[in-house]
Amino acid sequence: MARRNYVSIVKTETLKSTGIAPKLRDPGFWGDNAAVIGLIVIGAIFSMLTPYFLTWANISDLLVSASILLVLATAQQFAIVTGGIDLSIAGNLPWAAVVFGLAYNGGLGMGVSIIAAILAGTLVGAVNGLVIAKLKVNDFIATLGMLGVMNGVALIVSDGQSFSVNSHFLQALALGSIGPVRYFYLIALLIAAGAHLVFTHTAFGTHVLATGGNREAARNMGIPVSRMRIAVYIIDGALVGLAAVLLVARTGGSDPSLQTSELLTSIASVVLGGSSLFGGRAAVVGTVAGALVLTTLLNGFTLLQVSEFYQPIAVGIVVIAAAVLSRLQR
Amino acid sequence: MTPVLDIRDVRKSFGAVEALRGAELLCPAGEVTALVGDNGAGKSTLIRCITGVHAPDSGSISFRGEAVAFSSPTDARARGIETVYQDLALIEDLAVWQNMYLNRELTRGFGPFRWLERRRMIDETQTRLGRLLVNMPPVRAKVRRLSGGQRQSIAIGRAASWGSSLVIMDEPTAALGLRERGAVETLIGNLRGEGIAQLIISHDLEQVMRISDSIWVMRGGRTIANWRTKDVDRTRIVAAIAGGTV
Repeated sequence: MARRNYVSIVKTETLKSTGIAPKLRDPGFWGDNAAVIGLIVIGAIFSMLTPYFLTWANISDLLVSASILLVLATAQQFAIVTGGIDLSIAGNLPWAAVVFGLAYNGGLGMGVSIIAAILAGTLVGAVNGLVIAKLKVNDFIATLGMLGVMNGVALIVSDGQSFSVNSHFLQALALGSIGPVRYFYLIALLIAAGAHLVFTHTAFGTHVLATGGNREAARNMGIPVSRMRIAVYIIDGALVGLAAVLLVARTGGSDPSLQTSELLTSIASVVLGGSSLFGGRAAVVGTVAGALVLTTLLNGFTLLQVSEFYQPIAVGIVVIAAAVLSRLQR
Repeated sequence: MTPVLDIRDVRKSFGAVEALRGAELLCPAGEVTALVGDNGAGKSTLIRCITGVHAPDSGSISFRGEAVAFSSPTDARARGIETVYQDLALIEDLAVWQNMYLNRELTRGFGPFRWLERRRMIDETQTRLGRLLVNMPPVRAKVRRLSGGQRQSIAIGRAASWGSSLVIMDEPTAALGLRERGAVETLIGNLRGEGIAQLIISHDLEQVMRISDSIWVMRGGRTIANWRTKDVDRTRIVAAIAGGTV
């Protein structure tokens, strides 16, 4: 009998060591999954405070309002993985939206206008990449410069006028769904999934990570690091162009003087997600969770009718808290 | 048998400074060749001439029986000369297998988004390195999590794994503790059996005596002595490095 007990104790011990318990004791686990854990905690708190939070209608709304941020954060992820940063997003987004509006209202048709918007964003990304990799200008400075330039260009090209874009296609894009799944966030989630696969399953993604992780070593191994850095800014720019299409679909028009707060939230999402600002780490799942955390905060505060003045404070505190947690990273 | 590397009377000046004034070196296949000398003796310049960083002013460098003049380290690598520098050229945030296959990834499909054959690379890294290393880390572990000796072993194992005929190592164990140094020396011994020529620069004469087959001494940009390791003792090497009678 005594022997039997002994055996059963040993078994429990084995189960414990392979289960989730040791993971929970490892601080690295918390650091690596800060954004996902944060999302669960914040979601739990809001669903206790209001019954409306955990309804499909609200979750769906939340995902729709997170979609543009998701695409921009994925764009930002590419720049940040190489140790760079893209501040020009806030100028590129209105610029690509204006190009889209001008093209469509000029009669070019929806398909061509979408391509024009994406190319407009790509062009800005390519200039960023060339200035950074070829002229050896620091990423922060180069994209800060482009932020100003593109804000101005958007105003000049549109003559400072905002205009509406009326299209059934865009309405369907903004409001339509496959069953309960809205196209709007489906597109955003597919893009994030694509980015995740690029980093985990392609040679290109591996070379981008290597470029961000240790530029000198990557160069020694024969990776064309300059081309990698240009490539990420091109992808980044193309995604911003796509985000501009979503923005026009959602707001029904383009506004050249749009002052978007999504530059800072896109950077915050990536940092929340656990990617290092020094480069070399891509945590796309974390970035998605990060963008959802920030959007959930706004959504929950709105449901609880908390004054919007408190929202930026909460966002700021969450970002700093996440940065503290990420110091535990493995 | 033709040595893998045969260097004769190589000279190189930088302005008025004659860094190399007649360097000689032979690296046979399946042997460990040690290059020793004081700081400024010209060892590093000679290595840079071999790997294509510098072009020698005169003299000949033959690699596998053929006169060569590499235009860059990439060029030298493509022909089968791998160099393990002190910084190891490992990416800390990538796994062991990703570093092993860095820029040599096995992929399916075509274009810039070729699909990685992760399974195959993980398995083959395990097989290739597992055979050579005494302190084999988990293949999926990030390099950030490895000890200095494991990193050094991965870097050397990678260099030796890509069909290279010559692996050059600059102070391969300088930063390591005693036990880790032993593991790296075992790896170097194992590579001897693979038929690769290994050229090692080391200040650690005890180590040179332990692991090398032949020893070449440089002083003032010249090769001034060479012996089979078994025919020489430490005192004579020290004397040669310092400038006493050989």
